[in-house]
Amino acid sequence: MQYDASGQGRHSIMSHRSFVWFCLLPLAVVTAAFFLLPMARLVVVGAEGPQGMAGYLAILTEPRYRATLINTVVLSAATTIVTLVVATIAGMFLQRHRFLGRTVLIAMLTFPLAFPGVVVGFMIILLAGRQGLIGDLSGRMFGEKIVFAYSIYGLFLGYLYFSIPRVILTIMAAVQKLDAGLEEAARSLGAGPWAVQRDVVLPALGPAFVASGAIAFATAMGAFGTAFTLATNIDVLPMLIYTEFTLAANFATSAALSIGLGVITWAILALARSFSGGAVAAAG
Amino acid sequence: MNVAAGHGASVRIEACGKTFADGTRALEPATLDIACGETLVLLGPSGCGKTTMLRIIAGLELPDAGGRVLFDGKDMTSVPIEKRNVGMVFQSYALFPNMSVADNIGYGLKIRGIGRPERAARVAELVALTNIAGLESRRIDQLSGGQRQRVALARAVAIRPGILLLDEPLTALDAALRDRLRGELNRLLRALGITTIYVTHDQAEAMELGDRIVVMRKGSIAQIGTPREIYFAPESRFVAEFIGAANIVEAPVENGYLVLPGGRQAIGLEVSQSAAVAMIRPETIAIVDAAGAPLSGIIDSVSFIGDRQRMIVSGASSRPLAVDAPNTVKVKAGERVGLLIVPDAVRLLPPES
Repeated sequence: MQYDASGQGRHSIMSHRSFVWFCLLPLAVVTAAFFLLPMARLVVVGAEGPQGMAGYLAILTEPRYRATLINTVVLSAATTIVTLVVATIAGMFLQRHRFLGRTVLIAMLTFPLAFPGVVVGFMIILLAGRQGLIGDLSGRMFGEKIVFAYSIYGLFLGYLYFSIPRVILTIMAAVQKLDAGLEEAARSLGAGPWAVQRDVVLPALGPAFVASGAIAFATAMGAFGTAFTLATNIDVLPMLIYTEFTLAANFATSAALSIGLGVITWAILALARSFSGGAVAAAG
Repeated sequence: MNVAAGHGASVRIEACGKTFADGTRALEPATLDIACGETLVLLGPSGCGKTTMLRIIAGLELPDAGGRVLFDGKDMTSVPIEKRNVGMVFQSYALFPNMSVADNIGYGLKIRGIGRPERAARVAELVALTNIAGLESRRIDQLSGGQRQRVALARAVAIRPGILLLDEPLTALDAALRDRLRGELNRLLRALGITTIYVTHDQAEAMELGDRIVVMRKGSIAQIGTPREIYFAPESRFVAEFIGAANIVEAPVENGYLVLPGGRQAIGLEVSQSAAVAMIRPETIAIVDAAGAPLSGIIDSVSFIGDRQRMIVSGASSRPLAVDAPNTVKVKAGERVGLLIVPDAVRLLPPES
């Protein structure tokens, strides 16, 4: 009787396993067809330029590429940090307070999620472009038009606008899950509001910072629409890839730049994760 | 060991009620005095307002207008918790997951700006006191429930609080561990001599730990007294039934005798009441020979509990009586037995209002 039962159990586990493997088949096919093969091809194309494999090194050695790379990384990092600061303060306030119009405000803050980058760029132009609101106002008040839509500041503002909705929802969810007892315990031990934030709340939000910060950073590194609309005075990597690919028809370079963009983004994220690793693991 | 600093504060809460924003009355205005060094237990079923009262004393909730909280005669009502110098242990322990055990215990001292060497000495003292030596550098998620409880207590005591507040500190533990830690906690609280307010729904904890017990029900205080007073002289049917096992007998009283279907039982008071409510604890009823006994009934069932056996006896009173007998007495269901109750063990309860 016992033997029968266990035999049957083993049999059903086997069939269960093979069923799971069978279910993974479509994923394997899609991954191979639309990710692994194109990526492999891209890697090969990147090395087919006049410089061969050295084409990859050009991202770092060629001054124009290197300047663009630095621009992109600095811009994305700044966007991520400022987004985290803004979204944390706003998210914590929105999660902890109930007031009239709260839901409307949250809806408005997350509204830009649906906007393509071009629309975000367009809005920055409306705000800080040549005919923009800020230029208009400053022109009337100081007799000088302030125009920054097409500079790195305009791009930064656009990226910020783009990133905040993506981060604020994650932060709000994390704030909701915070154990109120932890803050009360810290206060009972004498910690004032700042100390509670520093020692209890922010460490507990660590994993949410890493997760949403990674999304913000990767999105900013790869953002194209906003850059396409605004980046007339400044180059970022996705724009560079676009111009090399469509205007210069320089397939090898654009492929190498694409791989470079992916690898560098991934490396920086991995670095950030390993730095925050100790704190995150402890907070988890 | 210099832990028993002996700077426990006295606490007075004065007309403290609590109505929440949605209109629910969590606590009716209550006044309560707690002496220096006393351990007071707030006992009651969930939702009776005991935790609300603790949180008002802690400074985590503000009492409704008119209520005041005084420590050593000083009005603390508007002082926030971080300035009250209270140690608090939460039901969930609320240990900081991003800090080691030692950093958790030393956190309050660090906030107070106490230097590293002095902090380390104090942490070592508490680690020894709470029996958690060897765990100092562990992370919180590497601790068992009992160890967490000790760390939470050590952390609360480290700041030498004037008042120690414990919110169901043993509830999250399994029964055997709870019993053991209860004894340990009792010795520790006696040694520390801090004024302690202890919230629980567990009467055994309340009995063992409390100098006095405040029994609460539906947001108000039902009775305040020593464990013995609460147990032997409950002032209401609620307290009688909530603490321990109790037989509630409704019967007329004639000239100092309860008139029951199974006989007459002396109550030791020369009174007459047409409808009285009396409480008799099961362990105060002795089994005797049915012949000649003032009160008798038939055993419905016998449950062997180990240290004693509990019988349900019908026919003696209008409702079956629970009777505890020593585990050596030979009894079986269906037998007619006599019941002997000393008059002092019968407690008349005031009619329910």
